[in-house]
Amino acid sequence: MLFNVTGLGFKELNEKLRGSNSPVTLSGCCGQRFIASGMKDKCITIEGVPGNALGSYLNGASITVNGNAQDAVGDTMNDGEIIIHGNIGDAAGYAMRGGKIYIKGNAGYRAGIHMKEYKEKVPVMIIGGSAGSFLGEYQAGGIIVVLALNTSGKIVGNFPCTGMHGGKVFFRGNVLQNDFPQNISLRPATSADMGSVTEQISEYASLFGYDKEKILNSPFTVAVPDSKNPYKQMYVAN
Amino acid sequence: MNSIEGQIRIPSGCAIAAVISKDGNRLTGEKIVNSMKPMHDRSNGLGGGFAAYGIYPEYRDFYALHMFFNDRAVRKSCEVFLKERFEIIRSEIIPTRKIPAITDEPVIWRYFVAPLLSQLNNLQLDEKEYVARTVMKINCEMPGAYVFSSGKNMGAFKAVGFPEDVGVFYQLDEYEGYSWTAHGRYPTNTPGWWGGAHPFTLLDYSIVHNGEISSYDANRRFIEMFGYQCTLQTDTEVITYIMDYLLRVQKLSLGEAASVIAAPFWSLIENKTDLYDKKKHEFLRTVFPSLLITGPFSIVFGFNGGLMALNDRLKLRSMVVGEKDDKVFVASEEAAIRVMEPNAENMYAPAGGEPVMIKVKKGAF
Repeated sequence: MLFNVTGLGFKELNEKLRGSNSPVTLSGCCGQRFIASGMKDKCITIEGVPGNALGSYLNGASITVNGNAQDAVGDTMNDGEIIIHGNIGDAAGYAMRGGKIYIKGNAGYRAGIHMKEYKEKVPVMIIGGSAGSFLGEYQAGGIIVVLALNTSGKIVGNFPCTGMHGGKVFFRGNVLQNDFPQNISLRPATSADMGSVTEQISEYASLFGYDKEKILNSPFTVAVPDSKNPYKQMYVAN
Repeated sequence: MNSIEGQIRIPSGCAIAAVISKDGNRLTGEKIVNSMKPMHDRSNGLGGGFAAYGIYPEYRDFYALHMFFNDRAVRKSCEVFLKERFEIIRSEIIPTRKIPAITDEPVIWRYFVAPLLSQLNNLQLDEKEYVARTVMKINCEMPGAYVFSSGKNMGAFKAVGFPEDVGVFYQLDEYEGYSWTAHGRYPTNTPGWWGGAHPFTLLDYSIVHNGEISSYDANRRFIEMFGYQCTLQTDTEVITYIMDYLLRVQKLSLGEAASVIAAPFWSLIENKTDLYDKKKHEFLRTVFPSLLITGPFSIVFGFNGGLMALNDRLKLRSMVVGEKDDKVFVASEEAAIRVMEPNAENMYAPAGGEPVMIKVKKGAF
C-alpha cells in the first residue's frame, strides 16, 4: 500500500501505519519523527528523509529507508530490523537491546551508544562505511560491526568505545590501540568471534549486493572491554 | 486545558538553518522560512528569527539599526539620542503582517544611519567600534529600547512565535538576500521575549544557536572585561560578542576563532603530526582559555560576505551540510535542507569542532 505523507504530522502518520495490515510504502516523507515507534508486525518502506527517532522502541517491525536517515534511529529498540540505504545521523541504536540496524553508508557520532544485551537478546548494528567519534560509547552489550567498505581514510573517528563495559565492536581492517581507552583491548578476530556475526554479515551482503565471502575473508579486529568491571577503580567498589 | 510544569513534556531542542549563494545571487526569504516547517517540533513557540545579508543594497553604506521599543515615548527619546551620534538617512516602521500567531509586538523600527564625523574624531574611534559602543549603551542604559541588528546591508528579524510564523509576520518573502540564517527557539534558561530570540547580532555579525553552553559565566566574565555587556543572560549573546572580539578586535581568522571556541582536546593536539598546526593550537588554547565554549552547541555565524557553521567539539548537537549549484545549505536536520532543495548533493555532517566556512565570491555582494 502506498501512502503519500507529504505535510502529515507524525501522529497522523503513525495512526495510518497502525491501521494498515499489509506492507506499506511511505512517499514524500520529510522529517516526521518517531515513525513506527513501538510497532511490531509491520513492513515499512520509506522514500524521502524520515525524522529523528525513526523506529524508536521498535518491537519487531521491519523498516527500509531508501536514502539517508537522521538522528537516534532505533532508539531503545527491542526487536525488528532497520535497513538504511544511505548514511545515518548521530546516536544510531541509542540503548537498543535487540534487533538489527544495517546501514549501507556511514554512521555519525555515537553509533551504538549504550547498546545492551541479555541472554538471547543481542542487538546487532552493521555500518557499511565509516563510523564517527564515540562509536560504542558506554556500550554494555550487543555487537557493532564497522565494514569500512568503499572507505578511504580513518574508519572510525576519535574516542571509540569510551566507557564501554560489555559487548563487542568488530572493525574490518586495522585500528590503532592508541586511539582506544586503556580499558579496551584489541585483538584479531578469532573464528569463534567471526562465527557470532557470519549470519548477519551474510544477510547484510545479500541486502546491499556485496560478495559475502570477500567481506568475511578480510581480517577483522575486535574491541572488547578487558575485564568485567573495567571502571571499578574510578568509582566506589561494587 | 493548561498543563503546569512537570505535567507536560514538550519534546524539542531548537532548530537552525542557513542558505548562502556563493555567486551572490539573491533569494527571497521564502525558502529559509519553509525550511523551518519540518523542524517545527524542535521549537516551542517562544522565539523565532532570521538574519538576512544583502537585503539593503540601496543603503549599503549605512548602518541599519533594527530596534524594539516598548512605546512611542521611548522611541522619541531614543531618537533624540541617536541624532546626537548619527546622521539618520532614513527612519521607518519595519513593515509587518498582522497574524494571529504573533501577538504583543513592541514598536519595531529601523534606522539607516551614518556616524557623525565630528563625534568619531572627538572620541578617536573607528566607525565600527563607535557603532558597537552605541549599541551597548542603548541596550544597557535605555530601558524599553533594544537594538537587535546593527550591520550594513543586512538585518535580523526576530519575535516570540514559531519561526515559520515570524517569517510571515516580517514579510520575509519580500526581501532578497544572498545569505540567510534561521532559528527556532526552545528557551531553557530565560522566559523568552522578543529581544531574546535569535539571531543575536553585533554590527554585521549574527549567531543562531542550538544548544546550551555550560561555560556561559566563564565566557561572560572574560568578555565583559573588554566593554561588552551581556544584558540578556542568554548564552547565545556571549557567543556573538566572543566572535566580534576575536575577529574584529583581535583580528583572528575565522578558522582560528573556531579553534578558540571549539578547541580540540589537549590529547588530540598532543597527537598532531603537523608541527605548525600543533603549535598554533597550543598558542590559541593558551592565550584564550576563557573563550573555550563548552557544552552542546551547533551555530551558524553570519557576516557580510559569508557564513560559518560550527559544532561543539563533542558534537552534542546535530548539523548537516549540503550543496546544489552555487548554493550551500546548513540545517539541524537533513529534512530542512530537502525542503529548500530536494536535489541537494554532497550531504554530510561535519565533525565536532570542524568549521564549515562559505564565502561569497569576491565582489559578488
